Amino acid sequence: MTAASVTGVPKRRLRDRLPVVHQVRQSVGLQRGMLVAGLVMVGLFILVSILAPLLAPYGFAQRKDASGSFGTQQPPSAEHLFGTTVGGYDVLSRVIWGTQTAIVVIIVAVLLSIFIGVALGLYSGYFGGWLDRVLVVVCDAIYAFPSLLLAIVLSIVISGGQSGLWAGVLAAAGSITVVFIPQYFRVIRAETVRIKAEAYVESAKVLGASNSRIVFKHVLRNATRTLPLIITLNSSEAILTMAALGFLGFGIEPTAAAEWGYDLNKAQSDVTSGIWWTALFPGLAIVFTVLGITLVGESLNDLADPRLRGRRRVAKSAGLVAETSVVPGGTLVAGPGGIEGLEDGETFDEHGIEVKR
Amino acid sequence: MSTVDTIAPAEGAPTAGRPRTKSQGGGFARYLLVRFLLIFPTIFILVTLVFFLMRTTGDPITAAQGGRLSPEALAALREAAGYDRPLLVQYLEYLGRIAVFDFGATLTTNRPVIEVLATYGPATFELVFYSLIVAFAVGIPLGLRAAYHRDRTQDAIFRVLAIFWYAVPIFFAGLLLKLVFAVWLKWLPVAGRASVGAELQLQTLPNKTGFYTIDALLTGNPEVLTDVLAHVVLPATALGLLTAGIFLRLVRTNVIGTLSTDYVDAARSRGVAESRLLRKHAYRPALIPIVTVIGLQIALLLSGAVLTETTFEWKGLGFILAEFLESRDFVAVQGIVVLLAIIVALTNFVVDIIAAFIDPRVRY
Amino acid sequence: MSTVVDIRNLGVSFATDAGAVKAVDDVSLTVERGEVLAIVGESGSGKTVTAKTILGLLPETATTSGAVVLSNRAGTRENDVISLSKQRLRDIRGTDVAMVFQEPSTALNPVYTVGWQIIEGLRAHGEVSKKEARARAIEMLGRVGIPDPEERIDHYPHQFSGGQKQRIVIAMALVLEPGLIVADEPTTALDVTVQAEILDLLRRCRDEFGTAIVLITHNMGVVADLADRVAVMYQGNLVEQAPVGELFANPQEEYTKALLAAVPFVGHGTARAEARAAARPAGWAEQTPLVEAKGLEIEYPGRFGSSGFKAVRGVDLLIRPGEVLGLVGESGSGKTTIGRAIAGLTKVTGGSLKVLGAEMNGIREREFRPLRSRIGFVFQDPASSFNPLLTIAECVAEPLIIHGRARDARGARTRVDELLEAVQLPKAYGDRYPHELSGGQRQRASLARSLALEPELLIADEPTSALDVSVQARVLELFAELQREFGFASLFISHDLAVVDILADRIAVLYHGELVEEGTGTEVLGSPQQAYTQRLLASLPVPDPVVQAGRREQLRLLREAD
Repeated sequence: MTAASVTGVPKRRLRDRLPVVHQVRQSVGLQRGMLVAGLVMVGLFILVSILAPLLAPYGFAQRKDASGSFGTQQPPSAEHLFGTTVGGYDVLSRVIWGTQTAIVVIIVAVLLSIFIGVALGLYSGYFGGWLDRVLVVVCDAIYAFPSLLLAIVLSIVISGGQSGLWAGVLAAAGSITVVFIPQYFRVIRAETVRIKAEAYVESAKVLGASNSRIVFKHVLRNATRTLPLIITLNSSEAILTMAALGFLGFGIEPTAAAEWGYDLNKAQSDVTSGIWWTALFPGLAIVFTVLGITLVGESLNDLADPRLRGRRRVAKSAGLVAETSVVPGGTLVAGPGGIEGLEDGETFDEHGIEVKR
Repeated sequence: MSTVDTIAPAEGAPTAGRPRTKSQGGGFARYLLVRFLLIFPTIFILVTLVFFLMRTTGDPITAAQGGRLSPEALAALREAAGYDRPLLVQYLEYLGRIAVFDFGATLTTNRPVIEVLATYGPATFELVFYSLIVAFAVGIPLGLRAAYHRDRTQDAIFRVLAIFWYAVPIFFAGLLLKLVFAVWLKWLPVAGRASVGAELQLQTLPNKTGFYTIDALLTGNPEVLTDVLAHVVLPATALGLLTAGIFLRLVRTNVIGTLSTDYVDAARSRGVAESRLLRKHAYRPALIPIVTVIGLQIALLLSGAVLTETTFEWKGLGFILAEFLESRDFVAVQGIVVLLAIIVALTNFVVDIIAAFIDPRVRY
Repeated sequence: MSTVVDIRNLGVSFATDAGAVKAVDDVSLTVERGEVLAIVGESGSGKTVTAKTILGLLPETATTSGAVVLSNRAGTRENDVISLSKQRLRDIRGTDVAMVFQEPSTALNPVYTVGWQIIEGLRAHGEVSKKEARARAIEMLGRVGIPDPEERIDHYPHQFSGGQKQRIVIAMALVLEPGLIVADEPTTALDVTVQAEILDLLRRCRDEFGTAIVLITHNMGVVADLADRVAVMYQGNLVEQAPVGELFANPQEEYTKALLAAVPFVGHGTARAEARAAARPAGWAEQTPLVEAKGLEIEYPGRFGSSGFKAVRGVDLLIRPGEVLGLVGESGSGKTTIGRAIAGLTKVTGGSLKVLGAEMNGIREREFRPLRSRIGFVFQDPASSFNPLLTIAECVAEPLIIHGRARDARGARTRVDELLEAVQLPKAYGDRYPHELSGGQRQRASLARSLALEPELLIADEPTSALDVSVQARVLELFAELQREFGFASLFISHDLAVVDILADRIAVLYHGELVEEGTGTEVLGSPQQAYTQRLLASLPVPDPVVQAGRREQLRLLREAD
């Protein structure tokens, strides 16, 4: 452990700064399995969206090729691996192109809501006052409201129910944004209020630091540590909301872009007559993507909470005796004992038992 | 609460004895009142938000009749409905009408929105009720087991299951359930609340309630009851499992939290059995945050109900909402949305009161 | 057959994120019937782990070796706790051995009445009718000193004060009359006057119920007050065990000696304070004070229009240049509030508070900001007083940057290195992150930061209360040294009279927001005038069993006089 300490400090900093890598190293057993599985699924999703032009056999709005029209509701075959839809599109191609729409909506929605939510949350949490109170009540009201209904109302507002590519994407992303802002606001505000009471912020205040210095140097970076987690959870929610909008007929026209929810909407009546392929594949695409993102998010959530983090089991009475920082009469130059190379210097407290890490 | 802590006189001081009971007297009544009054700003904000959002694109008549009428006819209709007046005047008038529970009339069918609620509300209520039964029956016991066996096989299975339920969009789950159990296996009906024959009996019932389960009991015909219950299985499962996944996760996290508290250890040190530790000592305190969050899930449940009803042609509020959306009848949409907002606000109030009853620290 | 528990070659390891950590290594101990064995040690010594093993309460991440042989009260039955099945373990918990926890407010389930929880324990062991169980619970509550037990049995935990909660926890432990009670830091969370009462109650457990007690504590005063025999642990090993008188009078091991030497002894600082006072130049007392409070009042606003909470009610005090004022009080006395008000962190709502010539009642932050460079502040919690994302050097450089003495952290580095050296931290520690330092080291760095601008006034809010006793001793020593060197005036806030005594020129005692007594150490500690100060002083256990026995008698007389 002492040997590691010499080179350990700068190395650990780098590892700490790569968020996901650090967590993969930290995890064990099932948690690692879930995290890695989720990461692989998300990676595949991103890869498919980038390579969509190469992977998709046809265009998302293509109904015929050189050999003529595809035909409607054709079962899976060599030409159309996943069959064709009631509108005569190739199901496989639309599933693949759909990844692009999904990713654009996620990025636009999350970026917009992060900037607005974080800014409002920081201001509200740090300065308080009447604006804070109003924002809290407004955000709580929106938060408690069925988000899908709000998204519907907003998509009516944004696109008037119409659905070109950008109008559709913006409608979906915009309506999701408004639903998400309260979530970021609540989290960042709560964190800011907590951090504001931390001794290091008070210490900066005692030193006479300006509000802007305190907010940007001390509060902002510490308050946004939980963001990766919320981003992942929100991304999966964004996909589900977009699909739900599409399913209810507020989606994007098939000629503008491929959207899974829209395809499911059109597949509704197929199911009753036993045509399964038009519903199954776009549905599975949604499940796969949301599952991947949620697995990552859940694992990050668990790892962030020491209570939920899994631990390895040990062999009988193995390990070194935990050293403490306490060396009565010892020299001051001595390093902090067993802290080096361990997770962090705090004592962990499981069932009230104090052991220095 | 923290200030109360500091006021409590030190033990041994002449005033020692019963430091807190008196200072907190009437606290619960005040909590109830404050919590009740908080409903109104919530409703007000949502009504305002929905009103102005819906109007930013124009008035409902233009939206509904847009291309179909000549500009003159359209203008005449708008004037008749009062949509040519300043927005603020319309808003104030709208608020006034909401205050006396007048939510307007639909454009397409010209029925009062409140009547639409009376017709379709019971169906949604029934669906949500059965879904909650599924969610509680599945989510809570599995969550408890997962928490108790944390990081072991059972926990792993339940957790992946919960994530899976969450990841499957409810309408997709509905389509799959339909495909397998109704189309292929033919065990259960495909859609609707009852088959044609049963529906006829239910509709002709003299004093019907709209709750089909109750009405079916009133007919006294067991076949009608079986038919109604058979119809509810698939939609309730689809909506219930989504919610069950959320409950499972919620119960697991909170019970893991309370299982590691000192008071569970203290009870263990008194020789209390493990099963009792889980059921009594860990579960009950964990219920307080669980109930609060479940209250917030009402919103999710209603979102889910809209999708479930569309998938299963379940003629409830969500189904009719989707129809109004299709026909661009935004007066009806606005009316239903506002009504749902009020329902959500009231439910959250009730849930907070339940949470307060579980927590003696609020009650006394 | 008079041994209650026999611990043989106990070893315990834990699985952590960083691999296996051994918490207890080859420890052997015995406890005799009706005996109080104190296990003392600092954090990480393995004392709590050892105690929890006796009840088989270790978490699943622990692995155990050795044997813990526990016998029942009558001595008719013996069990090795480590090899017992879950079911058998449940049978002996509560009947053969019971536990008292450190934090009474978390050891009681908040959603059940205290009676329900006591009765549950009774009914978990054998057939007892509800009525009988209730009668026994009421009786036991009465015996541990809860007034009106018939009525109070149906109250919820939050309706009791901290000391009463600990009494209830003890009642729960006693109700099945176990032969042994394991008490894990039973008084650490309590104020010193309450602590004295709980120690009395535990002594009664031994004397009246004949119960043996394993007392886990870090407080040598508590050991001297209650223990019959002492076992000293350090880093998972048993260092020394001896009867209490012998251990204090003639410690054998180096560690024990160092530990005992580090414990502050109330009254030992007065001579130093007198010498300091004598060395002051003539006319010193006529200087303008740095801090002057007259009728100072501070009220926290209430919620939902309810009346606010008055934390400070009409306090007068003075701090002259170069003087250390020790501010002592129990929780809720308003001592921290006064410190925060002087630093401009809490609003003054009444009276007058002059800090460095500025009137704090109604001052604006903008007017006060220039004066801030002349005030330093050291916080209680070393874990949260540094921004976890900045290095120690960046944190220490912050005051220099804010007040324009340096452009950035790099420019301030020379001065930062000087400061780190002044607080006896190696320069290289400047590149570390706060979590890479121990509590004591962080508190040194905190001192360095607060001294960066060479302030005239330093406010220290319980700077050592989160530290182990040996670390505390060295931080206090450093503080005294720096004070001599830099000559700043200081407000030193603490709940511990003995700690304040080491540093303070004058001591002020607060009680419920009011200043009870103020004067030099000789006056306040030597001949306290007010009843509260007398009781506070008498309640403080001193680390010497012989002296403590006399003080206990004194406290009893004081209580009777009330």
